[in-house]
Amino acid sequence: MGVMSELWKGLRVTGRIGLRSLVGRGIVTTEYPKEFRTKPQRFHGRHVLNRYPDGMEKCIGCELCAGACPAQCIYVRGADNAPDDPNSPGERFGYVYEINMLRCIFCALCVEACPTEAITMTHLFEMSVTSREEAIYTKEELLMRPDGTVPHPRPDDPYADLSELEVADGWVRATAPSGSAAYEGVKMWQDTAGPASWDPEPDQETRDA
Amino acid sequence: MDAIDLLIVVARVVVVFALLLVVTLLNVWLERKIVADMQNRIGPDRAGPFGILQTLADGMKLFFKEQVTPRKVELGVYLLAPFLAVIPALLTFMVVPWGRPIEIAGRVVPLQGTDLNIGLLFILAMSSVGVYAVVMAGWSSGSKYPLLGGVRATAQAISYEAAMGLSMVAVVMFTATAGDGGTLSLAEIVARQQGSWGDALGIPALGWIPRWNLFPELVAFGIFLIAAVAETNRAPFDLVEAEQELVGGFHTEYSGIRFAMFFLAEYINIFTMSAIATTLFLGGWNGPTWEGTVPAVVSAVLPTVWFLVKTYAIILVFFWVRATLPRLRYDQLMQLGWKRLIPGAFVWLILSTVVIGIRQFGWPWT
Repeated sequence: MGVMSELWKGLRVTGRIGLRSLVGRGIVTTEYPKEFRTKPQRFHGRHVLNRYPDGMEKCIGCELCAGACPAQCIYVRGADNAPDDPNSPGERFGYVYEINMLRCIFCALCVEACPTEAITMTHLFEMSVTSREEAIYTKEELLMRPDGTVPHPRPDDPYADLSELEVADGWVRATAPSGSAAYEGVKMWQDTAGPASWDPEPDQETRDA
Repeated sequence: MDAIDLLIVVARVVVVFALLLVVTLLNVWLERKIVADMQNRIGPDRAGPFGILQTLADGMKLFFKEQVTPRKVELGVYLLAPFLAVIPALLTFMVVPWGRPIEIAGRVVPLQGTDLNIGLLFILAMSSVGVYAVVMAGWSSGSKYPLLGGVRATAQAISYEAAMGLSMVAVVMFTATAGDGGTLSLAEIVARQQGSWGDALGIPALGWIPRWNLFPELVAFGIFLIAAVAETNRAPFDLVEAEQELVGGFHTEYSGIRFAMFFLAEYINIFTMSAIATTLFLGGWNGPTWEGTVPAVVSAVLPTVWFLVKTYAIILVFFWVRATLPRLRYDQLMQLGWKRLIPGAFVWLILSTVVIGIRQFGWPWT
């Protein structure tokens, strides 16, 4: 009779869970396109190329991200800035910037490698495509607009969560833009990707004074 | 036999056919929904209200799918097997009474496909033919997984058919004492379960217990249920189509509507087996009809409702067991069949024979 009591034990578990689900409690499935699970703060989603508050591109075309990328999915070509109409502060800017999302493993090593925080990651994760060409994201799709908003791939989709592109990933959130430990405790990062909402860092003389 | 009689016969057959198909559509959905509930999931909920049309959508998809025929198949047998699965499945239910006989235009119409006087034998024969379909499908596919599935089906069917038959024999012998002589007709077996045990034994205190075969033949009922699960190749006895080891088992090489026919046959068999268990042990369509106090239509329909309620109670147990138990190992399956169920059925048969004999003829030494 040991078998029967074990059998009954098992049946009781499924029976209890079945009755509980019948009244709609304890169901773990989320009906995905209709409702989203809360993503972790440091979720690694699609990349975004940032701009400075004045609208200048942060990318300087140094190709460090491409070098750091373990999947070799980033292709960067720098070009010299036109002196009278520069794209970025400094000499060079990212003339071509392409990420092959079929290869990307979302490790965020590019974000860590970037000296100017030009590339960061967002919470957007819906990136299905119908052809291989579409999977290669170009600078037009990755770069944020001068007003600090990021172009969404499917802005008309009623199910799309448009705020996903506004959330910067954990690495940016945890690090001051200068990378200086002297600014520990000072809020030098912001909650959203886009133009910085903080005051510019004080210059050397003010700081030393 | 005039035109109206003929029409009634055709109508009965068509109604049974339609009932089976509709019930199958519902059962597939119901099983998925219930198993989902028991696994903390939602289950199909896209097609129609509560996803109830999901099976219809799946069926239509399968209907229009390409039917792939592998090169190595034994074509004649390969094409025959799906039909050999569906037709016996449909035929088996024909002998099961699913409602009280009704009167239409002065004619008594039994709510049953046909009342064979060898109904039980017919059921056993048809369920054995159904096993041939599995064996033939497995063999003719010319591929190793279906072949293994087919071989398992043979062994499993032989093992459990015996136990099932023996538990049926106990019921037949018991039924013989309840009326005028023995019978294999299912309509008669149901008729002999009318009333209550209080009236049958002359003990008014037991008046509330319906005169179902379940109570005197409880062990036979248990053996029948286990054997029925094995006969219909369902978890935990679904070694025939064990996905993890045999891909799809015997129907691995079937696609499109041919696969759908195997699927249909499986679910019709579940319903039929539950209906037979209801008929043999739970009193079939017997139940309170409140004759006279409710409209005549209601008391004519109520027996069918009771029949469906009892059948679905058993089907729910099938689903529940499927959601709970892991699949048996092959040797465990064989041991349960040959070392537990068949001896158990034999012992029970002998016991109930002795009891029936003593009740009929008195103690042998007096």
